[in-house]
Amino acid sequence: MDEQRIDEIINKYGGKANSVIMVLMDIQHENHWLPREVLAQVSEKLGVPLSEILHIATFYKTFSLKPQGRHEVHVCRGTSCHQRGSARILEKVRNLIGINPGETTSDLRFSLENGSCLGCCTLGPEMVVDGVHYRNITPEDVEEILENYK
Amino acid sequence: MARINSGPELEDARKVIVSKRELDKAWLAICGGISCLGGRDSLIHAFEEEIRKQALEGKVGVRVTGCHGFCAQGPNVVIYPEEICYVRVQPEDASEIVSRTLIGKKVVDRLVYTDPVTGKKAVHQSEIPYYKKQTRNLLGMNPRIDPRSIDDYLAIGGYSALAKALLRMSPEQVLEEVKKANLRGRGGGGFPAGLKWETARNAKAEIKYVICNGHEGEPGAYMDRAIFQGNPHLIVEGLIIGGYAVGARQGFIYTRHDMPRLRENVDLALKMAEEYGFLGKNILGSGFDFQIEVHLDVGIFVSGEASALMKSIEGKAPEPRPKYTRTAVKGIWERPSNLNNVETWANVPQIISKGSDWYAGIGTERSKGTKMISLSGNIVNTGVVEVPFGTSLREIVYDIGGGIPNGKKLKAVHFGAAMGGTLPVELIDTPLDFDALSKLGAGIGAGGLFVMDEDTDMVEMSRFFLDFLANESCGKCVPCREGIRQMLRIFSRMSEGKGKEGDIETLEELCEVGSLASLCALGKTTSSPIRSALRFFRKEYEKSIESKAGAV
Repeated sequence: MDEQRIDEIINKYGGKANSVIMVLMDIQHENHWLPREVLAQVSEKLGVPLSEILHIATFYKTFSLKPQGRHEVHVCRGTSCHQRGSARILEKVRNLIGINPGETTSDLRFSLENGSCLGCCTLGPEMVVDGVHYRNITPEDVEEILENYK
Repeated sequence: MARINSGPELEDARKVIVSKRELDKAWLAICGGISCLGGRDSLIHAFEEEIRKQALEGKVGVRVTGCHGFCAQGPNVVIYPEEICYVRVQPEDASEIVSRTLIGKKVVDRLVYTDPVTGKKAVHQSEIPYYKKQTRNLLGMNPRIDPRSIDDYLAIGGYSALAKALLRMSPEQVLEEVKKANLRGRGGGGFPAGLKWETARNAKAEIKYVICNGHEGEPGAYMDRAIFQGNPHLIVEGLIIGGYAVGARQGFIYTRHDMPRLRENVDLALKMAEEYGFLGKNILGSGFDFQIEVHLDVGIFVSGEASALMKSIEGKAPEPRPKYTRTAVKGIWERPSNLNNVETWANVPQIISKGSDWYAGIGTERSKGTKMISLSGNIVNTGVVEVPFGTSLREIVYDIGGGIPNGKKLKAVHFGAAMGGTLPVELIDTPLDFDALSKLGAGIGAGGLFVMDEDTDMVEMSRFFLDFLANESCGKCVPCREGIRQMLRIFSRMSEGKGKEGDIETLEELCEVGSLASLCALGKTTSSPIRSALRFFRKEYEKSIESKAGAV
């Protein structure tokens, strides 16, 4: 991510110190992870110590300090999805792509997360890939869904 | 639209908007809730495309609305003015709906809701038992308005409560009205909103804040986003009125980052409210200035806790702090900060418009108004429900919820997810009431009602809740961080049938310490599901220990 783009994001929020979370979120959204040198630049521009920025970046689950895959797979492990069998969905995804939650495949195709409650409790179990919700799914559906994401 | 500068100007503007409405125009209201659309736009595109194809642009309107409520039957589409309700609508159905219903005014039978018990078809929303048995004072507006149109909100009387408060009432009178209505906080604690407002109002400070908490991180709770996404001006109006009563000129909205449509609707609502003059300087000529800023949660449960949320708005990591001083006295940047949940703010305009007497006439003696409930788990009709306080849980689960699927029996209902409590089937006639439920150890929480069928294993359920909390504990205080970990270890053993003699006693002790010594509500209420399971399902806990003894 180039320096100029980061400056644009910082300026969008007026360069105020309390905008640090919003700035990091925009960078995460565009770049899919937060490289160290980018954090250093944000620290300098906003006048927020790097230690504080790292505190924030490691606290929130959305931020990643490692490169992420091209596709983000979330298997919901909220109460309702759990009650409707989400453990089997997660198991199937793990078997298919060979990684655990919090990890990324070596070809950078997928990153896997298991957020708690992704919002479709009424139609669980659900899995979200790149923001698209797949609801009421069975382990048998998983392979076909993932095939759509190269 | 030019800025509206006075009460009479607002009423004139409203008259113009209403007079331009074509009451017989055909409208499609597509539910834009996350359960119905799932983050895709294919259904919306299918209808737009079909309208183009049949050259009906301008003659037929399409609005993508907030959640209609009946998620189990989604995607939901309602056709106005006849109010024909179609369920499980797919993009392939668009052509038939447009030509047969919108133009031909005929009902497409196969898309109509059929009652699974009686086999009766219900063409209109008002005939579907799920809707019929609710009192949808807040949610009922959702299918009728486009959340992206401030004119739609004005057409149903929007911002008249704001005009009344700012132009005809003093801040003290507004506060008094909310106190008399006995509006209690919908975010979890049920604390009277009026008292909180009063504390913030009386705190001595030049700058004060009001905050709308739309974090809604509790698993199984999704009613706030239904109203916030579907009717954002309602919450904005409530928040401005609150700012006026408290003496704040700055408001904050804190909401989720992972619901793009919600954020778009909120951002647009703020922009339009400013353009029309409901935000900014000298609102409606009253001399009152007010602004709202949006902040987002970036994915952690604890940032929905009041003091943590305020840290987050300051741009710091959201760790809770001890509450020796209430946030209403010292919150964001040490200034008085009055925080209420989305649903609480949504109730404010109707209290001001219709008066506290009207409001206090709904509900029970100490729980007034309606409550939105997210109904999930082992239940036929999952969705968002709104009922008056005092409605029995039986009515919610059976009459509205349609009972338990797959021929199973009800075992228990659970409120408040990982920090809530469970009630066994024997207590299903308990009324929905803040005090009645918290006495039984199952406080309403935010309003997520989770239904468990006879196959549910209570030890596994407790383990599951702790597993969630172990991930979400911020780690700042020891009783929460270490206590949860130790309890989780015991439950992991118990759920494999390897419980040890003394485990239950250790759990009881850990519950006690955690609830007394943790910094914030997360640690303090971790013990709630365990305590209520020990109260009503102790035998199941004991069995997971005996089975070990049996195996040896």
